[in-house]
Amino acid sequence: MELINKWPEYHKKDVVSHYCPGCGHGIVHRIVAELLEEMDLGKKAYLVCPAGCAVLAYLYLDFDIIESAHGRGTAIATGAKRANPDLFVISYQGDGDLSAIGTAETIHSANRGENICVIFINNAVYGMTGGQMAPTSLLGQSTMTSPMGRNPEVDGYPLHITDVVAQFPGVAYAERVTVSSPAGVKKTKKAIRNAFLTQQEGLGYSIVEVLSPCPTNWKMDPVTACKWVDNEMTKEYKPGLLTDKREEKRKEKG
Amino acid sequence: MDKVFISGNHCIAEAAIRAGCRCYFGYPITPQNELGEYMAENMRKSGGVFLQSESETAAINMVIGAASTGARVMTSSSSPGVSLKQEGLSFLAGFEFPAVIVNMMRGGPGLGNIAPAQGDYFQSTRGGGHGDYRTPVLAPASVQELADLTVKAFDLADKYRTPILLLGDGMMGQMKEPVVFPEPVSDFPEKPWALRGRGDGPSRYQASLILDGLAMERHNWKLVRKYKEMAEQETRFELYMMDDADFAVVAYGTTARIAKGAIKRARKDGLKVGLIRPITLYPFPDKILQKVAQQIKNFLVFEMSTGQMVEDVRLALANERAVIDFHGRPGGIIPTPIEFSRVIHRYYRRM
Amino acid sequence: MSKKDKVFTVKVRRDFCKGCGLCIEFCKKEVLAASPKLNRMGYNPAEAVNSAACIGCLMCTQMCPDLAIEVYSG
Repeated sequence: MELINKWPEYHKKDVVSHYCPGCGHGIVHRIVAELLEEMDLGKKAYLVCPAGCAVLAYLYLDFDIIESAHGRGTAIATGAKRANPDLFVISYQGDGDLSAIGTAETIHSANRGENICVIFINNAVYGMTGGQMAPTSLLGQSTMTSPMGRNPEVDGYPLHITDVVAQFPGVAYAERVTVSSPAGVKKTKKAIRNAFLTQQEGLGYSIVEVLSPCPTNWKMDPVTACKWVDNEMTKEYKPGLLTDKREEKRKEKG
Repeated sequence: MDKVFISGNHCIAEAAIRAGCRCYFGYPITPQNELGEYMAENMRKSGGVFLQSESETAAINMVIGAASTGARVMTSSSSPGVSLKQEGLSFLAGFEFPAVIVNMMRGGPGLGNIAPAQGDYFQSTRGGGHGDYRTPVLAPASVQELADLTVKAFDLADKYRTPILLLGDGMMGQMKEPVVFPEPVSDFPEKPWALRGRGDGPSRYQASLILDGLAMERHNWKLVRKYKEMAEQETRFELYMMDDADFAVVAYGTTARIAKGAIKRARKDGLKVGLIRPITLYPFPDKILQKVAQQIKNFLVFEMSTGQMVEDVRLALANERAVIDFHGRPGGIIPTPIEFSRVIHRYYRRM
Repeated sequence: MSKKDKVFTVKVRRDFCKGCGLCIEFCKKEVLAASPKLNRMGYNPAEAVNSAACIGCLMCTQMCPDLAIEVYSG
C-alpha cells in the first residue's frame, strides 16, 4: 500500500491544531506547506504570522516564522525582505489584521510593490477575540458587536481591500479564492502558487484573498459555513483574478 | 581619521553606517529630519537599505523585520513620533531583538513644539510601551559623544539582545561640532537566533505571545536579569570638577553642557560646585550618586523638564541624608549658563 | 492498470480528527461517515465505512483542515 497524499515536509507532524472544527486555516496552512515543498522554497521561507487565530501557526508550520503585532505583518515582511532579499517572505493575515488595524501597512507595502506574498484570510469576522464585526463583515451579518446585523448607516460597508490594492501598479498579482469546496481549494492552491512564482521572479507584491469559513463565530456547523461562503460571501466578494500584471512587470524588468 | 565639522543628526547617521548599520527605516519629523536625509543619501550608496515608511508604527515594525534576520538596524524620530513607536519597542524588548532607536526630544505634550526639551525621560527609562520591560538609554552631550555612543549602542544592542535608545534633543541634533569618527566596524557578533530560513536545519520561530503564565513570568525575570547585568557592566557617567566639590549638580545631555558653563562661572566666584552627568539614564548610575553622598549632602538636579530624572536621583539617594533640589525649564526653553549659575548661587547660599 | 481499476484504502487518524464532517460532505462515493464513538478530544471522528468505493479523488484530504485522512493506493 502506498500513501498517495504524502505528508508535506514543511508541516509539523502529529500535532493537533488549536483551530476549531471546520476552520479554513488548516487547509491554507497545508497548501502553503505543500507549495513550499513543491517549489523548493521552504529552506529560505520566512513567514509573518498575525495577531489573530493564526498567531500560533509556528506550532504547525515547519519553517522560519515570526509573529507580528496586530496589523503590522507587511511592515515586518518589508523589513525582513529588504534586509535579506534572499528570504522568501510571506505575510499571513486575517481580515481584521489586514483591512482594519493594518490598513496603512497593507496599502503602502502594496503601493511600494514590495516583493512579498500576502495571504489574506477573509472570514468576515474577528475570530480569535470571539466574533466581533470586521470591516469585511457582510451587510446584515450578525456579530457580537453588530448583534442586530451590520447596518451601513452606523457600521459602514464591507471593505473590499484586495480590490483596492489590485489597482496599484506595484501589485503584480491579486486573486480572490475560496476554501469552501474542493474546487475552491484547488483554485486556492493555484492562486497561491502564482503568488509564490511572482515573488520568485522578483515581480513585486502579490496577494491572495481566501474566503474562509469560521463556523464557530458564525454559529454554524462546518458544512453550513462552507455553503454560506459559497452562497453569501461570494455575492459580496466575487472570487476570481483581480489583477495579473506579471507580463508587464517582466517587460519592465527586461 | 581627520576631524569633521558635522551636525549631530548627520553625525549619528554617519556613525551608524560606520557601526555596520545596514538598514534605516524612518518617517520625517522635526528636529531630526537631517538624520534620515543623510541616510537616504549615503545608506543606499553603500548598498544598504533606506526606506521612508508610511508611519512611525510601520518604521519600527520594519526595524523588527530587519532585526529578526540579524541585520544591524536603526530608526530615528522625535517625541510624538517616538510615542507612536512604543508598540514596536515593546515587541523588540519581548522578542529580544537588537535595534537602535534615536529620539531627538522636543517640547510637549501633544505636538508641543520643535525646540529642545527633555520631557521624554520617563517614557524612555520606564519602558514606554506596554508590558514589563525597560529600554537601556544612552544620553550623549556632545557631537563627538553622539558618534561614540551610536557605535556603542549597536554593540550593546547585539550583546544584550535589546533595543537601545539614543536620547538627545533638538539642540543635540542641530548643533555642529568637530568630530573624529571611529573606523568602520567590520567584525560583527554571530546571531544564531536570527531567522534566515531554516536551510537544512530545524525551523525556528520568534514569538512574543507566551500564553503560559509561568513561561511568561520566566521571560519577564530573564529580561530583568539582563538589565541587572547591564547595570553592573554598562553604567556610564561623567564627573566634572567633583574632586573638591561640596555641592553637586546632576544633569544629562544638553543641560549637562549648560551646567558645565554655569559651574565654570560659579567656580570663578569661589563656589565649590561639580557635575555628575549620567550617560546611561537606564541603567541609572545610582552607585556613584550614593558614593558622592558620603561626602556631599547637597544635590541640584537640572533638567529641561518639570522634573523627571530628579525622581531617579531621589530613589538613588533614598537612604542617604541628602538635600535634593530641582531646577527645570520645560517647553522648549533653553536656559543659559548665566541663568543657571544664578540658580546655583541661590541653592549654594542656602546650603 | 487504469485508475478505474485501482483499489484505494482510506484511513482516518481518529485522534487528529475534529469531526467537522467536511470530508463526509464532499465525498461523492460515501466512503466516510461519522463514527458513533467519541475520540480522545471528544469529537465523533470521521471513519472510512466503505473504502472499496473510493476512487482516489482526494476530495476528502483536500477539504480536511486537520490533515487527518490518509489515502493509500493498492
